[in-house]
Amino acid sequence: MIIRGCPTQHEHYEEEFRSMIYRECGVFKATYQEDMAIFPIPLDRWGLTVILFVAFVMIPSLASEYWLSSILIPFLVFSLAALGLNFLTGYAGQLSIGHAAFMAVGAYTALILYGRYEVPLLLSLLGGGFVAAAVGSVFGIPSLRIKGFYLAVSTLAAQFIIEWVLTHWKWVSGGVFGTVDTPPMRIFGWPIDTPVKKYYLVLCFVVPLTIFGKNLVRGQLGRAWMAIRDMDVAAEIIGISLFRNKLLAFTVSSFYAGVAGGLITFTYYGAANIEAFNIMVSFHLLGMIIIGGMGSVLGSFFGGAFITLLPIFINQFARAFGAVLKTDLLACIDLIIFGGLIIFFLIVEPHGLARLWQTLKEKLRLWPFPY
Amino acid sequence: MVFAIEVVIGGLLVGVMYSLVALGFVLIYKASGVFNFAQGDMTLLAALALVGFLTFLPLWLAILAVLVIMIALAFAIEAVVLRPLVARSPLALFMATIGLGFFLQGIGQGIWGTDPKGLHIGISDIPFDVRGLMISQFDLVGAVLSGGSVFALVWFFQKSRIGRALRAVSDDHEAALSVGIPLGRAWAITWAIAGAVALVAGVMWGTRLGVQFSLSLIALKALPVLILGGIDSIPGAIVAGLIVGASENLAEVFLGPYVGGGIQTFFPYLLALLVLWFKPYGMFGREIIERV
Repeated sequence: MIIRGCPTQHEHYEEEFRSMIYRECGVFKATYQEDMAIFPIPLDRWGLTVILFVAFVMIPSLASEYWLSSILIPFLVFSLAALGLNFLTGYAGQLSIGHAAFMAVGAYTALILYGRYEVPLLLSLLGGGFVAAAVGSVFGIPSLRIKGFYLAVSTLAAQFIIEWVLTHWKWVSGGVFGTVDTPPMRIFGWPIDTPVKKYYLVLCFVVPLTIFGKNLVRGQLGRAWMAIRDMDVAAEIIGISLFRNKLLAFTVSSFYAGVAGGLITFTYYGAANIEAFNIMVSFHLLGMIIIGGMGSVLGSFFGGAFITLLPIFINQFARAFGAVLKTDLLACIDLIIFGGLIIFFLIVEPHGLARLWQTLKEKLRLWPFPY
Repeated sequence: MVFAIEVVIGGLLVGVMYSLVALGFVLIYKASGVFNFAQGDMTLLAALALVGFLTFLPLWLAILAVLVIMIALAFAIEAVVLRPLVARSPLALFMATIGLGFFLQGIGQGIWGTDPKGLHIGISDIPFDVRGLMISQFDLVGAVLSGGSVFALVWFFQKSRIGRALRAVSDDHEAALSVGIPLGRAWAITWAIAGAVALVAGVMWGTRLGVQFSLSLIALKALPVLILGGIDSIPGAIVAGLIVGASENLAEVFLGPYVGGGIQTFFPYLLALLVLWFKPYGMFGREIIERV
């Protein structure tokens, strides 16, 4: 222990600074690579390492099967789908309310490739994504001419048309009207049957795709999308090809939706049923990105967690108040809360939970100083 | 041949009822620039409330009571949802109405229950026989009521003072404010009228289909009508409603058997998309000229 007298003014300030652990000063960047890093603040990088460690090591060993299979897997998969929708609606500004249909396309394609044609599982899931991307780009063609609410309603057309095609086209639905069970999963002969293995499968798709997505929106394509969202006439004037970028937005977002659809069919539902991708799911995805934050990769995950956990909280809440409220009201309370929360977030924090998180980090950067 | 004409007439009559639902959307869009996705759920709420009141009130009193509720609801929506979001983008308002739709759905079904209910207002469904064509009496009454409502609304918007104020608000909020038109009250009045339209639509469709959750999905059937005719055009809603109704029926009856049936859900959307390609703002919609 160093014994010294009363600290001088300079030492006193240094102590204050040392308690500012979340700061960018003192971090010197010597290369362009360091300058363009996604996480410039060292604490952020540590935080990311911790999160990945928790996700890959701690959760599978500590979490119960119920948590893994009923909460974490849907959370991850729907966050992936919400991320795709965020590319289209949050970054590129094209409102889409038929996104669940692309999940369905990915699901059925993956199932057909794996179940009928014996394509390896990973390739089937990616194949589902690619086919969904192709279908999505077809339904993105109207975006060349149509804007705003008209475009939103045409994406609704995608929802209905795809629903009809998947149920009536015999080659797809295998002659069975509705549900097609998934065959047991194997990767290179190694069976994926426990929740832990399914969790790893989902994680191994979600993490690389999220990193890819984060870099995509920080790059040229993401900036073009944001320019189109903010003022597309001006974007066109400075040379951004509207059609190409809008179409790419539809393609990429449908790819993510397709992969998510395939994943959720194989790891959560166990069967492909078009009812699992109906219009309510589309609205839930939209709610996820509104509450989580449009135009934010992290926001998709916040929104996904919120919407996935909401029914569980409501269940517990309802049980606590079960004696007081009518049963009919209890049954509909998740609709009321879902709708109310969307309005609440739009009024209070239009950029969603991600903006709240960002504000917190900004305050942390200056802590303990107020500004 | 007679059958084809019957199909067309049946489609036209249904189409007028679609127009009625689409009219609710058009009204709100014309006056506040908000695409009210909650219109279908307002219809459901009105129908549920009516059925609930009919258990202990006579028909005319029940309708009056529901009307009062819808007007109160309109004022509440304006104060809670629209006023805080007044300067925000149309997209944000649209998403707020999506949330509002879920909220109203939950409240309606929470209070009055989710099981399907029948609604009987004294119009029988025995078909007329007009020179060999069978026309449903109920469809005819529905068409007359819808047509009457449309004419009343057109007169209201064109000739009355309040209608003029509402049109001014739809053209330019800020200009209307600067002239002294109370914006909040104008919005509340619009939503109240849309609520009344929702009530009529709810009565008609509720009698036809039964009052249950799928009633809110009628709005989804009215959306192709809306984009075909243009979001802000009342005559467009009527014309597009007729077109959608007739073509939907014709497609289902004559094209349906070739492709397995069930195409009436998306055929109107395909038709609307086709027309939108050539007229991106609908047949009669106002083209938005963007300036950088």
